[in-house]
Amino acid sequence: MSKLDSKIPEGSLEQKWTDYKSHVPLVNPSNKRNLEIIIVGAGLAGSSAAASLAELGYKVKVFFYQDSARRAHSIAAQGGINAAKNYANDGDSVYRLFYDTIKGGDYRAREGNVHRLAEVSNNIIDQCVAQGVPFAREYGGLLSNRSFGGTQVQRTFYAAGQTGQQLLLGAYSALQRQVGLGMVKTYTRHEMLDIVTIDGKAKGIIARDLVTGKLERHSGHAVLLCTGGYGNVFYLSTNAMGCNATAVWKAHKRGAFFGNPCYTQIHPTCIPVSGDHQSKLTLMSESLRNDGRIWVSKTANDNRKGTDIPEGERDYYLERRYPAFGNLVPRDVASRAAKERCDAGFGVGTSKMAVYLDFTAAIDRFGKQQAGKLGEENASAARIVELGKEVVKEKYGNLFEMYEKITGENPYEVPMRIYPAVHYTMGGLWVDYELMTTIPGLYALGEANFSDHGANRLGASALMQGLADGYFVIPYTIGGYLNPQISEKAIPTDHPAFVETEKNISDLIDKLMNIKGSKSVDHFHKRLGKIMWDKCGMGRNEKGLTEALSEIRVLRDEFWKDLRVPGEKMDFNLELEKAVRVADFLELGELMCLDALQRKESCGGHFREEYQTSEGEAQRDDANFMYVSAWEFKGDNKYEMHKEDLKYEKIKVQARSYK
Amino acid sequence: MNLTLKIWRQHDGNSKGDFVTYQVSDISTEMSFLEMFDVLNERLVNEGKVPIAFDHDCREGICGMCSLHINGRAHGPQAGTTTCQLHMRHFKDGETITVEPWRAQAFPVIKDLVVDRTAFEKIQAAGGFVSVNTGNAQDANCLPIPKDDADASFFAASCIGCGACVAACKNSSAMLFVSAKVSQFALLPQGQVERADRALNMVKEMDALGFGNCTNTGSCEAECPKEISIDNIARLNREYLLATLKK
Repeated sequence: MSKLDSKIPEGSLEQKWTDYKSHVPLVNPSNKRNLEIIIVGAGLAGSSAAASLAELGYKVKVFFYQDSARRAHSIAAQGGINAAKNYANDGDSVYRLFYDTIKGGDYRAREGNVHRLAEVSNNIIDQCVAQGVPFAREYGGLLSNRSFGGTQVQRTFYAAGQTGQQLLLGAYSALQRQVGLGMVKTYTRHEMLDIVTIDGKAKGIIARDLVTGKLERHSGHAVLLCTGGYGNVFYLSTNAMGCNATAVWKAHKRGAFFGNPCYTQIHPTCIPVSGDHQSKLTLMSESLRNDGRIWVSKTANDNRKGTDIPEGERDYYLERRYPAFGNLVPRDVASRAAKERCDAGFGVGTSKMAVYLDFTAAIDRFGKQQAGKLGEENASAARIVELGKEVVKEKYGNLFEMYEKITGENPYEVPMRIYPAVHYTMGGLWVDYELMTTIPGLYALGEANFSDHGANRLGASALMQGLADGYFVIPYTIGGYLNPQISEKAIPTDHPAFVETEKNISDLIDKLMNIKGSKSVDHFHKRLGKIMWDKCGMGRNEKGLTEALSEIRVLRDEFWKDLRVPGEKMDFNLELEKAVRVADFLELGELMCLDALQRKESCGGHFREEYQTSEGEAQRDDANFMYVSAWEFKGDNKYEMHKEDLKYEKIKVQARSYK
Repeated sequence: MNLTLKIWRQHDGNSKGDFVTYQVSDISTEMSFLEMFDVLNERLVNEGKVPIAFDHDCREGICGMCSLHINGRAHGPQAGTTTCQLHMRHFKDGETITVEPWRAQAFPVIKDLVVDRTAFEKIQAAGGFVSVNTGNAQDANCLPIPKDDADASFFAASCIGCGACVAACKNSSAMLFVSAKVSQFALLPQGQVERADRALNMVKEMDALGFGNCTNTGSCEAECPKEISIDNIARLNREYLLATLKK
């Protein structure tokens, strides 16, 4: 299909990126300063791209809805970042990281992109350390590693349970340095509401100043969307409250294809919902599965407290079903297994929609180790527990504290209750090898694109991908597009395309303000979330998805008839901000269901209940579905699907087993 | 729980603000403080009124977006806790809760409880970084760093930039914020080259932006949701003095 050229370079897999970098056209430094790049979103991908491009000499403008780039939701990533350093001497390599990522993604990602990701992973760690990111270290002063799901090596670098924070602060400091040097201008409390295209190319954006309500036109030679994922379609997710899909969705409606919208990651270890008031869900890092053991009672509807259930009556179901990987199976597998136990009546806690994550064994193991170290050979059981708790605190203290603050329970004493929750979206704007969407000049980086994680992302790979795209990929690939434009002046923002796009957005805002119905934005958002969670969540089937499609359409009609947005449009109006975002979620939700409906197989995070093995494992259909679905917007809630066939030259495609 | 809320309402930076009293009922102890606000705002929207503007985003205590002075304390009564992680089980039925925005000259009110903290952005841009362009780094393990130094640096770097230290300080000083960033780099070998300039430039910017001076009352440390130690301020003073002597 001519429309979908992934532009994967020729040559052997190991040489593709090296060869590409050697041949991509360059832009002379004196020309770079005349080229303007607009970046939307300032998380790991956006901040790292902005800093790196400004260092090269481009003029950069960055837009984000918070009051600081340091608040982007990358900040909340807990566990770590993968790299193929092999510092642990446990047999890791670029190939293994590449292989684990492809396999973890259930053979639905591009080989070329993923290999590049694995190649640059090591540069990321080097770069971050050079910036002063305080990673965890061993007593010898060298970097410490731990394990994450879906791998059998220790390749995850971390900074306590706050790795995302430290990496983002590193990228943010690099960004602020460029701000101080006058190379980057940041637009805080600004939300991009549309892309401006001229002759089919992205030439600027319309943004709303969230403080004054004023619409602004900004032109540039290229536009980078680094706006994260769309997990908030589900209302309840581990995303921040403000995370939204408006930028990618508006880009989609202007011609950017949407890749694999149905691939959603449900994270297995989140704090369970406590009531209808719940506004968001909180993740308990995957790193906890290094030492915590997941279990439920062997007896259905067991009402005993967790600590009252004897060892022999506990079902460590992940260790039972997947002896090779145990508690460290990938997220999709762990989530489905938890749902299976709860649906079968083995759930724990008052809601029965939870399983235990227990540190008793770890506390005992660490305690004994520590007693041995201290020469306390006859340490009492209580002393061992005391020492063990200290070690657990050192490793996971902030997570345990967070758990206690939210639930009021002390996880050092009673097992944590956890349940899966929406966490990440593997789908996103379709991009080629250069990270360009199907709109020339419009790029998507980080979670906003679809490219590297296939149908399931491995833990500690999101930070890696966001920073790979921003620090090490886009600075090279964008040159190829900008090189022919060096003599093009910045487009004046009174060009008719800017005027018209601004008017469309202005009309949209007026329309939302003038419905003057009776229901709040949250009312509609919660209902959409429930439809999506029930019918396009952890388990999906044809009947449910078909129902969801009509329910979403009905809900959308109701939204446009009965929404109430109080206040004024030319004002700091939080309800209006939410209304614009939810209007887009109400369309994107439909596309997610359409995509889930057409993919008649189970793969990664997409589990179609009709397609499973006799043991309840996901059943792929490689003969018919080994493709990326790339959806084209055809106007008026109509979409056409294009296919990008996936070819595996290096890796032997096989059933994904963690047993 | 039933509660009486006295909440600061102010249309914008140019208008005069005032407290408005609201009654909320049937508040669950499981709710977070901000979820209680969500309930109130939902009611206001349903009544056709303008909901209360407040800053928030991640709701897991790490982004630093949420703020609020609750009963006279930055981020409320619970130590080491951001407002978004504060739960209603820490309040009593029938209680009156007073909620105000951060009060500091350098943080002007935007609306209701939302203030403009971009002054922190400027301080950061003045020197809160190591000048290393992408692509220049050597292998990460070529630079061993004693674990204790790395840990101390990490604790300083865990500042979330929420501004509680400024709001809690009677002088509206930003010393804890600035000292945390200066300390993070002063403790690491990567930060040595620009060590003196960093301290001088960040302090200069802080002063220019209208933050007050530090008089060592320690309220910043007491109210910091991430429990950043006031030791960092001592270190900043040392760094600043040394830098002045060098220059």
